[in-house]
Amino acid sequence: MATAFSTAKFSTQPFPLNPTSTTSHDSSIVFARPTSQFLGSTRKFRLTSSSKFNLSRRSKTVVAVSDVVKQKKSKSSPSLLITKEEGLDLYEDMVLGRAFEDMCAQMYYRGKMFGFVHLYNGQEAVSTGFIKLLKQQDSVVSTYRDHVHALSKGVPARAVMSELFGKTTGCCRGQGGSMHMFSREHNLLGGFAFIGEGIPVATGAAFTSKYKREVLKEADCDHVTLAFFGDGTCNNGQFFECLNMAALWKLPIVFVVENNLWAIGMSHLRATSDPHIYKKGPAFGMPGIHVDGMDVLKVREVAKEAIGRARRGEGPTLVECETYRFRGHSLADPDELRDPAEKARYAARDPITALKKYLIENSLASEAELKTIEKKIDEVVEDAVEFADESPVPSRSQLLENVFADPKGFGIGPDGRYRCEDPKFTEGTAHV
Amino acid sequence: MAAIFQGVGAAATLSSSPSNSFVPKKFLTSPRRSFCVPSSVVVRSDGSVNFDLNSKSRRAQQLVANAVATKADSSAASSSSNPGHELLLFEALREGLEEEMERDPCVCVMGEDVGHYGGSYKVTKDLAKKFGDLRVLDTPIAENSFTGMGIGAAMTGLRPVVEGMNMGFLLLAFNQISNNCGMLHYTSGGQFTIPIVIRGPGGVGRQLGAEHSQRLESYFQSIPGIQMVACSTPYNAKGLMKAAIRSENPVILFEHVLLYNLKERIPDEDYICNLEEAEMVRPGEHVTILTYSRMRYHVMQAAKTLVNKGYDPEVIDIRSLKPFDLYTIGNSVKKTHRVLIVEECMRTGGIGASLTAAITENFNDYLDAPIMCLSSQDVPTPYAGTLEEWTVVQPAQIVTAVEQLCQ
Repeated sequence: MATAFSTAKFSTQPFPLNPTSTTSHDSSIVFARPTSQFLGSTRKFRLTSSSKFNLSRRSKTVVAVSDVVKQKKSKSSPSLLITKEEGLDLYEDMVLGRAFEDMCAQMYYRGKMFGFVHLYNGQEAVSTGFIKLLKQQDSVVSTYRDHVHALSKGVPARAVMSELFGKTTGCCRGQGGSMHMFSREHNLLGGFAFIGEGIPVATGAAFTSKYKREVLKEADCDHVTLAFFGDGTCNNGQFFECLNMAALWKLPIVFVVENNLWAIGMSHLRATSDPHIYKKGPAFGMPGIHVDGMDVLKVREVAKEAIGRARRGEGPTLVECETYRFRGHSLADPDELRDPAEKARYAARDPITALKKYLIENSLASEAELKTIEKKIDEVVEDAVEFADESPVPSRSQLLENVFADPKGFGIGPDGRYRCEDPKFTEGTAHV
Repeated sequence: MAAIFQGVGAAATLSSSPSNSFVPKKFLTSPRRSFCVPSSVVVRSDGSVNFDLNSKSRRAQQLVANAVATKADSSAASSSSNPGHELLLFEALREGLEEEMERDPCVCVMGEDVGHYGGSYKVTKDLAKKFGDLRVLDTPIAENSFTGMGIGAAMTGLRPVVEGMNMGFLLLAFNQISNNCGMLHYTSGGQFTIPIVIRGPGGVGRQLGAEHSQRLESYFQSIPGIQMVACSTPYNAKGLMKAAIRSENPVILFEHVLLYNLKERIPDEDYICNLEEAEMVRPGEHVTILTYSRMRYHVMQAAKTLVNKGYDPEVIDIRSLKPFDLYTIGNSVKKTHRVLIVEECMRTGGIGASLTAAITENFNDYLDAPIMCLSSQDVPTPYAGTLEEWTVVQPAQIVTAVEQLCQ
């Protein structure tokens, strides 16, 4: 991958991550109108914008952040952004995501899982780059393309696979499915089928974090929430409403846009008046950053700054990750609209191959070590399938169990007793 | 302990009839509050209380020993000796909210103009001064998103009370209420609870126009996983508000624009009203009239006329719109064998329609006549006062309906 270190584009104040590159900031905005020129362009999506946003309130922040980055640079050798352990950790996470999704496709075509299944192949750098920086108490909110977010956050592969098979050992007891992965333990707040629906929920989780710190006086509460969503969602009202509220109250949240250029069959350019999503951040008073989402190291650097900002109470950030999904929108999507040349171009920028190359070239890991990891992941995924296969399907008694947290909500029956006391309820045969 | 109606400003007189007297005292009696305070022995609202001066209507009591005990106020008897304090319904709501906020620091309020403005109907007046701007959060005008924010906050440990400035505005939040509020507990396999309360004024007001006169209970009733309650007196308003906040389930509390200035004397001590129970307003023998919210007062007005004509209606305020209290309702049906439902919801797919179905399913054998349901016309509420009057059920129609049912 040739462009391992091209700069991330900031719409607040451009500055290079890699001090070795001379400025590559074009003064003019370079993006194509919705023609094949954009899709066929071999140039990277290079954009800068003259910053119209008055940084007087925020310039302090941005400078501080860049200082942190520069400091980091001086510690280690100039081109290494990660240690060996970190590198292997990132590699393993991305390989897990890829292997798992490939297995999902296999299992789907074998009739083990049904419905709508949306795979994440190609976008692993975003999930790994961001989520591996989080603590367990930080929250992640995702969309229907949530398997890999769940895995990166720490939900065991077994639990996710069982959930996909609809078994009772799944992370949601088989009641959620592919599009509704939840985990209280790992603070994964879903898994939402309608786009944009999770963004307010993420805003609420960030609000709780701020509330805990300021009202409940838990002074060390610095939990951050990440909201992942796509390019199509960025035209939805909930997105804008939440950008406003998050910036207004300086909520500890990072809005991560996984711009894979396509919303099922709708090209981002055909749907959006101004396709530069990162520019929409400053309109609401937060920094907007564009980053190459096929490069896990770049994503990670940007993520560190954004998450750090949120943790310090400086407010939200909008990060647009340019990425691509190698498969169709879902396993039911024939994926006929996308240009094969575009797909080939992005396939050449496979984030896993890129990280592998980086690790080997910089002597952080050997081929053998990486092969070991791949083998290990294969075993994990196979074990997950076996576990899911052998797990029981939900019994009838599970049907009515989680409708209400307090089952008195089913009401009082004609006999004067609460209906939840009726044995038919525990059997699942009662009619509600 | 009569509820005295005070017409103040926009929330003016309830009844459109020229009569000056409203609900006569003899139909509203002091022990009504005991219906809201279940003991562990008697769950149903007909507790051991002396309620009606009309001797004909003393009912046999049915004690159920094994119903789930809710938080019992053991001083049910002693509360009648306590003078209590008088306040208006919106003040009762505020009192309930304030008490819960003091009791649990995780309770917070979010909505438009709830903070500095004190709420468009003053339910949250001065709460922001007391608890701060973060606990009583003034939101931008983004119902869908701040309701979703409330849901996310509820999932992560807070207990938000989301106010819709008018219930109709919550149509914009339907996505979040239906998809997330009702469903997330189930789709997460029980991992996340959503102890949120969504409340606001709805119903047909005084010439507010179609969009401000909506009754959303019919739209929300199908959503699995939520509970809906409607308050109608200061006593049950405070009780239901507190119970809703303490409940682990998402609860939608329907208030009515025209009821905010009702005055009543309520107890000083802590009490809640059971979310799933109905309230016996006036026991009777001839016909069961089921109602809720504002229509309760139209029914009681009609009841006055009916009594003069020699009828003995039993009036039940169902209060719990979802789920229905089939026990109280069933007992009444078994006694009177005739049912009249009076509601403000639209005819099609309203609460009355569901209630008719539920009664037919469960108590068909006990009915001597088909269930009659009086609802508002399926008409966008007109602005003109006369037209608006005719969209909503009036006491005269109730009287006619009872006469028809009982012949």
